[in-house]
Amino acid sequence: MTVVDKSAQLTRKDRGRHADRLFWAVCVFAGLAVLIILALILVTTVNEAFPAFSADFFTSTDWIPNDPDGDGPRGPVYGTLAFLYGTLVVSAIAVVVAVPVSIGIALFLTELAPPKLRATIVTLIDMLAAVPSVVFGLWGILVLAPAIAPVYQGIHDVVGGVPVLGSLFGEPRSSGRTFMTAGLILAVMIIPIITSISREVFATVPDSDKQAAWALGATRWEMIKGAVLPHSFGGVVGAVILGLGRAMGETIAVALVIGSSVQITANLFESGYALPAIIVDQWGESTGDFRAALIGMGVVLFIITVLINLLARVVVRRAEIRMKGASA
Amino acid sequence: MTTTTTAARPASSAPAPADLRRSALPLRRRLTDGFAKGLMVLALLVALVPLGLVIYKVIEAGAGVMSLDFLVDDIPNSARRAGGGMGPAVAGTLIITGAAAAMSIPLGVLGAIYLNEYGKQNALARLIRTMADVMTGVPSVVMGLFVYVSYVLLVKEQSGFAAALALGCLMLPIIIRSTEEMLRLVPDELRQASAALGARRWKTTVSVVLPAAISGIVSGIMLAIARAAGETAPVVLVAGTAFVSNWSLSGDNTTLAAQIFKNAGEFFPAAQGRAWGAALTLMAIVLVFTVAARLISSRFAIKER
Repeated sequence: MTVVDKSAQLTRKDRGRHADRLFWAVCVFAGLAVLIILALILVTTVNEAFPAFSADFFTSTDWIPNDPDGDGPRGPVYGTLAFLYGTLVVSAIAVVVAVPVSIGIALFLTELAPPKLRATIVTLIDMLAAVPSVVFGLWGILVLAPAIAPVYQGIHDVVGGVPVLGSLFGEPRSSGRTFMTAGLILAVMIIPIITSISREVFATVPDSDKQAAWALGATRWEMIKGAVLPHSFGGVVGAVILGLGRAMGETIAVALVIGSSVQITANLFESGYALPAIIVDQWGESTGDFRAALIGMGVVLFIITVLINLLARVVVRRAEIRMKGASA
Repeated sequence: MTTTTTAARPASSAPAPADLRRSALPLRRRLTDGFAKGLMVLALLVALVPLGLVIYKVIEAGAGVMSLDFLVDDIPNSARRAGGGMGPAVAGTLIITGAAAAMSIPLGVLGAIYLNEYGKQNALARLIRTMADVMTGVPSVVMGLFVYVSYVLLVKEQSGFAAALALGCLMLPIIIRSTEEMLRLVPDELRQASAALGARRWKTTVSVVLPAAISGIVSGIMLAIARAAGETAPVVLVAGTAFVSNWSLSGDNTTLAAQIFKNAGEFFPAAQGRAWGAALTLMAIVLVFTVAARLISSRFAIKER
């Protein structure tokens, strides 16, 4: 009789069943928090910024937040093109500088470095990622900018007469706070991200591919060129897009070193502005529509970075599927 | 193919063994190889030189103003004035980051439990995973704006709590993803053994799976805290500023990162000195958490299957 009782206990509908259900519900809610927060970000910021969205907002290069003539004919104009331009330019510089460096480091770590050295270098690169961006900004504005201005002058003196290069590397701003300085600081900040993802991608290259290259008598570089790089192209592209997204959203370091002047110019040695930078810079003095315009720029930034991140995930996932297919 | 240039063919009919020595390679291929390797080493130096310069400068300039008084004294309300300290910023950093951690850790760990123990590969779990990745990429300034419009505008007060909300939102996806990675490393045998002993699913998760993965989870959380402590933009947008220590979550507050940002743009050497001192303090805090994370994860790591 007792034996039957015990087996019955195993299926009895006791309190534990409810505890299980409750725990599941709590966990699901915690998981849903991510979706809820993202949705709330979009809804609340768009709602608050709505007064600022006009034709001028997306098409004008004029940024006149405080009416200069009092109640004169010229009202405030909130054109954001100059900031969008600045964001694109500094991110482009950052990516152009950071990508070759990151791929070089990742290749060095996976294909060249002795195993003992490898852990040390990975720690150092992690440290680069751990330095807060505001510290890079502080260093950029007080140390790098003054020191690099003469370098810009030198480059300008050499290539100033050449048609395209001459306009890109024009007369430099003497403070050194320029598009180029902001781009270089950003490059340092996104190197750890691109490096770590590229490293993971390179590590998935099948050993058989590499050994085949060795057996054909390839040198190390020929092995990398023939076996490693073609295999990991997709993954590296994903890493680069992720780095781009990070660069576009980076705020504080850029705000400190970009020089804060509203203009669109091809000259990379001139001062400029970027979307996140103007938000923190002018937040304290803004009210009403002015503040709505700043929030509106936040919305633009949010949408751009979400799209870029989604794109990066798609690219990486597609590359992963292809790699697994190849190695299976 | 590599041997044709130098190996002399003997007269006998048997083919000579291939010359596989490196010196047998054509010069052009050897140079290309060496050049490529040189570039890789150069890339490493390009990344490490700024790191070295930044750390050196922060220590050198920060040590000049660093003292016990600097860590507890009030911030002078005029940037021009020498002396004073970063006491309020230290207090603000600790309390705001602490509150952010207290909010995001339970939510993040439970969310990760859902992803790895319940959702696995179903559509909702995959969506949450992707969106957590996307949320990691949301710029911190946007998170600050979000908390401003959805919280500060409602309660009509800038506060340390608002900054903690923003930092918590930034930490959440990092904690979810790192915790999930750690839960995935826990062998299924442990779950099966626990189930065979008659434990309910939640009991298994809480008393078997979490303890097995706890070191990895804690180390991921510490890295998230280190990152949040250095975030600046949300604090600048929603926390206001303070010149005397505010150990509560209500009312205006400030952090080390916000003070660095504020003082970095100042022309006065006294303010710049305080910025370097704050940078050194912040770097020390970040370093402590990063090193602790590494120690914990290497000391108590579960072996990968």
